[in-house]
Amino acid sequence: MGYTLAEKIIMRNTKRSSVTAGELLNVNVDKVMVHDIFAPFVVEKFREMGFEKVWNPDKIVFVYDHLVPTSFIEDFRHHKIADAFAAEQHIKAVHRADGVCHQLMPELRYVVPGQVVFGTDSHTTTYGAIGSFSTGIGYTEMAAIFGTGQLWIKVPPTLKFNINGELPEGVYSKDIILRILGDIGADGGTYKALEFGGSTIKGLSISSRMTLSNMAVEAGAKVGVIEPDEKTFAFSGVEGSQFQDLKSDPDASYEKVFNYDASNFKPVVACPSNVDNISDVEALLGTKIDQGFIGSCTNGRFEDLEVAAKILKGRKIAPFTKLIITPASRSIYAEAAKAGIIGILVEAGAIMNPPACGLCCGRSGGIVSDGERVIATNNRNFLGRMGSPKSEIFLASPATVAAAALEGKIVDPRKYL
Amino acid sequence: MGMTMGEKILARASGKDLVKPGEIITAKVDLCMSNDGTTHLNIDIFENQLKAEKVFDPKKVIFIVDHNVPSESAKTAQVHKKMRIFAQKHDIPFYEGTGVCHQIMIEDFVVPGQLVIAADSHTCSYGGLGAFGTGVGCTDFTSVMHTGEIWLMVPETLKFEIEGSFKAGVYARDLILKIIGDIGANGANYKIMEFGGPAVKKFTVDDRVVLCNMAVEAGAKTGLVEPDQIAIDYVTARGRHDMNLFTSDVDAVYEKTYQYNLDELEPMIAIPHCVDDVVGVTQIGEVKIDQGFIGSCNNGRIEELRAAAQILQGKKIDPYVKLLISPASKAVYLEALAEGLIDIFVESGAMVLNPNCSVCWGSCQGVIGEGETLISTGTRNFKGRAGHPNSSVYLASAATVAASALTGRITDPRGFVV
Amino acid sequence: MKEAFKGRVWKLGDDIDTDIIIPTQFLALKTVEDMKKYAFNPLRPELAAQIEPGDIIVAGKNFGCGSSREQAPEILAALKISCIIAKSYARIFYRNAFNNGLLLLENNELYDCCSEGDQVSVQLENSQVLLGEKSFEVASIPTDLLQMVEAGGLVPFMRKRNGK
Repeated sequence: MGYTLAEKIIMRNTKRSSVTAGELLNVNVDKVMVHDIFAPFVVEKFREMGFEKVWNPDKIVFVYDHLVPTSFIEDFRHHKIADAFAAEQHIKAVHRADGVCHQLMPELRYVVPGQVVFGTDSHTTTYGAIGSFSTGIGYTEMAAIFGTGQLWIKVPPTLKFNINGELPEGVYSKDIILRILGDIGADGGTYKALEFGGSTIKGLSISSRMTLSNMAVEAGAKVGVIEPDEKTFAFSGVEGSQFQDLKSDPDASYEKVFNYDASNFKPVVACPSNVDNISDVEALLGTKIDQGFIGSCTNGRFEDLEVAAKILKGRKIAPFTKLIITPASRSIYAEAAKAGIIGILVEAGAIMNPPACGLCCGRSGGIVSDGERVIATNNRNFLGRMGSPKSEIFLASPATVAAAALEGKIVDPRKYL
Repeated sequence: MGMTMGEKILARASGKDLVKPGEIITAKVDLCMSNDGTTHLNIDIFENQLKAEKVFDPKKVIFIVDHNVPSESAKTAQVHKKMRIFAQKHDIPFYEGTGVCHQIMIEDFVVPGQLVIAADSHTCSYGGLGAFGTGVGCTDFTSVMHTGEIWLMVPETLKFEIEGSFKAGVYARDLILKIIGDIGANGANYKIMEFGGPAVKKFTVDDRVVLCNMAVEAGAKTGLVEPDQIAIDYVTARGRHDMNLFTSDVDAVYEKTYQYNLDELEPMIAIPHCVDDVVGVTQIGEVKIDQGFIGSCNNGRIEELRAAAQILQGKKIDPYVKLLISPASKAVYLEALAEGLIDIFVESGAMVLNPNCSVCWGSCQGVIGEGETLISTGTRNFKGRAGHPNSSVYLASAATVAASALTGRITDPRGFVV
Repeated sequence: MKEAFKGRVWKLGDDIDTDIIIPTQFLALKTVEDMKKYAFNPLRPELAAQIEPGDIIVAGKNFGCGSSREQAPEILAALKISCIIAKSYARIFYRNAFNNGLLLLENNELYDCCSEGDQVSVQLENSQVLLGEKSFEVASIPTDLLQMVEAGGLVPFMRKRNGK
């Protein structure tokens, strides 16, 4: 009997020749990531548990991104506590203002294909895009990993998404994942592995694949994995021959298989206040918006800024409308600045923020008040996520957000491409 | 007997040939501006207490959202929304996220000879263009917004004669800190500080604004520099041609005249928690810093960014220091981007922020915590200004902040510049 | 763990996400005690003050979806909710709850039968929840998980492992 990609990664990690969905087993943790919001709690639990030394300081990465720049006077405490702990435990990988954790982990090659990785953040599923088994956990379990280097998991059953064909112009991986979320629902993948494959996925850049894996958790999934290929190996700087086991077997057993023809995808929008409340953009034309947001671990990458710039070039954002842009990492900001993209965005009237979680995590970066509407490229549109519970959040691709900012209302982005 | 340039501006604004210090006049206001620090209060007074329906002239009332951009709470977002609605209703110029209000006013509105009233203390910045700008509270402002007039007492003028030239690593910022340290935080209370002399004549508009902007930190009603070709070129390049070039008469009466020589000036630091507690950088001793800030209406313009970039180029900031850089306006940001300065900042490890007041205002980006130390190019180092009541703010030039960010402690920039 | 207990029902809907349970803006408060006042703030700001020790939350599907923020189960434990009975849970929340000593039970029908303010009885021994005359079956919880809940969560469990 064959195995799915998620099972293959677990087998590689545990050096076992077989695993079964539903089985409980201990995995050896290859890397962990803790971000600033939860760092003090991990440290506190670590001490409460009676640990003194972390199992391996080289496998721990701290990223400050939720509270960067600090907005409230208690924010700094999180950084100070993490700094002190990192110094005490000889943890060298500490990123204090370099971008969103889920961008930095793969970009800086802390995570490479085939690894088992945990983070104190639900969107840790992002690294499935480069063929790792990665998922979010709470800070108590993270403290236990800090002490032991291990965690028990249940081997998840896999839902397979075969997507073949060519995406139409103006349609992006964000539209694919939103469509899937709409189809299977916000709990449609609960405790399962989502596996994305097919010719369309092969054709996507690593950045676009990250968008898919990132939002797997919005269906409740444990992981969202994609077979690593030559693009992945180049991105991660690894030798592909070492990872030939990271493929789903043709006879792998899937709980369910979904087949999509890429040419049927359209620009879509997740409407307030659930990620699975999906509507075609065409059904929402004219919906007034007050603010656009392009950024986050879902869609704050170079290609996202690039497509926004393509739409905004030589145009101006609608009066009394804001467009807030937060690149996902320092290197993306630098690269976009060099490529002239940042200039186009700012010229058009965008508010350019430093790389961090920004508005997506709802701490600062463009919080809205009663009655305001935001259209955003991030991953969640929960009630009150960006401020007032009386505000509304729509989720869409960077192209759809940029086009909406130009007109102050939801429009079809294809007219600008 | 002659008049100072400040007196001449007020005479024109009040329709008189002559005004004298101490005289109370009613003046016509050329422009008025309010930002998100207090505009919600102005709107409340305007609509609910004055029951006013119209602003005096929709082209002369400007609203600018710059203090909390982007907003960090639903409460501030509510203020911004209120401003947007008012601006749309009254069809007045409205800016949001485009830069610090005073920089926008200087770039887009102010011309020499004007009287400008704004609901912000650093309105005195416009003296850099030879305009009389002064800050007022909400009640005064709302009345101005409604009537276009304001009563003012004509202030005495203090003259600051500056000669010599800056040594490498020393800037206009150091000069104004030095002056405030010398005369004290109330040393120019309700007076005009007029900056002149051969050195100032060569200053760019940016440097003149640096001087005038901080006049209020000595208690001054405004700061002024005589408009000349440099000021004329600045406004005409931006499409504004109507202006009044008022200069002080040779027999104008000054309350006092001070002399400064730039050749003798070193980088200066205002230490916590008073703007007039100023020492030379060489006297500062070992002061560790947690954060640096380059920006604000005082020191976020292209020349300051260039000075910082010169120091940061090819280097990395101390890993434990957060360095925040907020260009004063969109135009400044784009200029810095075109010159490659933004790249230098991003690569050095700094956080490049959108143009806004940022931590100078101390209620959003870069708020510092208990026991933390900030070195800033902002306007004030009052206790708690940048965050927790038990935190410290040191004021210095952009170059000094940049050098300090590299080393993690307050550092003389002169070792880094040529 | 008490084998049987009773509690008053607070009824919440489907997809009660972690941002509703505790919004991000309150996550930097120093203690869970400070945070617990804001439980369910975007949805029902008055609720946290009304919840009394021993109360039971009954909810629809996918309770706790969203973020990995462990403050979500922690504040519910701090409010001394005796258990949550939902149609289903999001997986990160599920682990976090048990790790913090918060008991979660699953049942598909109870939600549609009960009203807010009802009294329900939970009998862990025979995996039943009683509402008046009606009984509802809940999946049994493995003894070792119940023991972890009993002990107060994963921290005491690890302390014991470390001989502290």
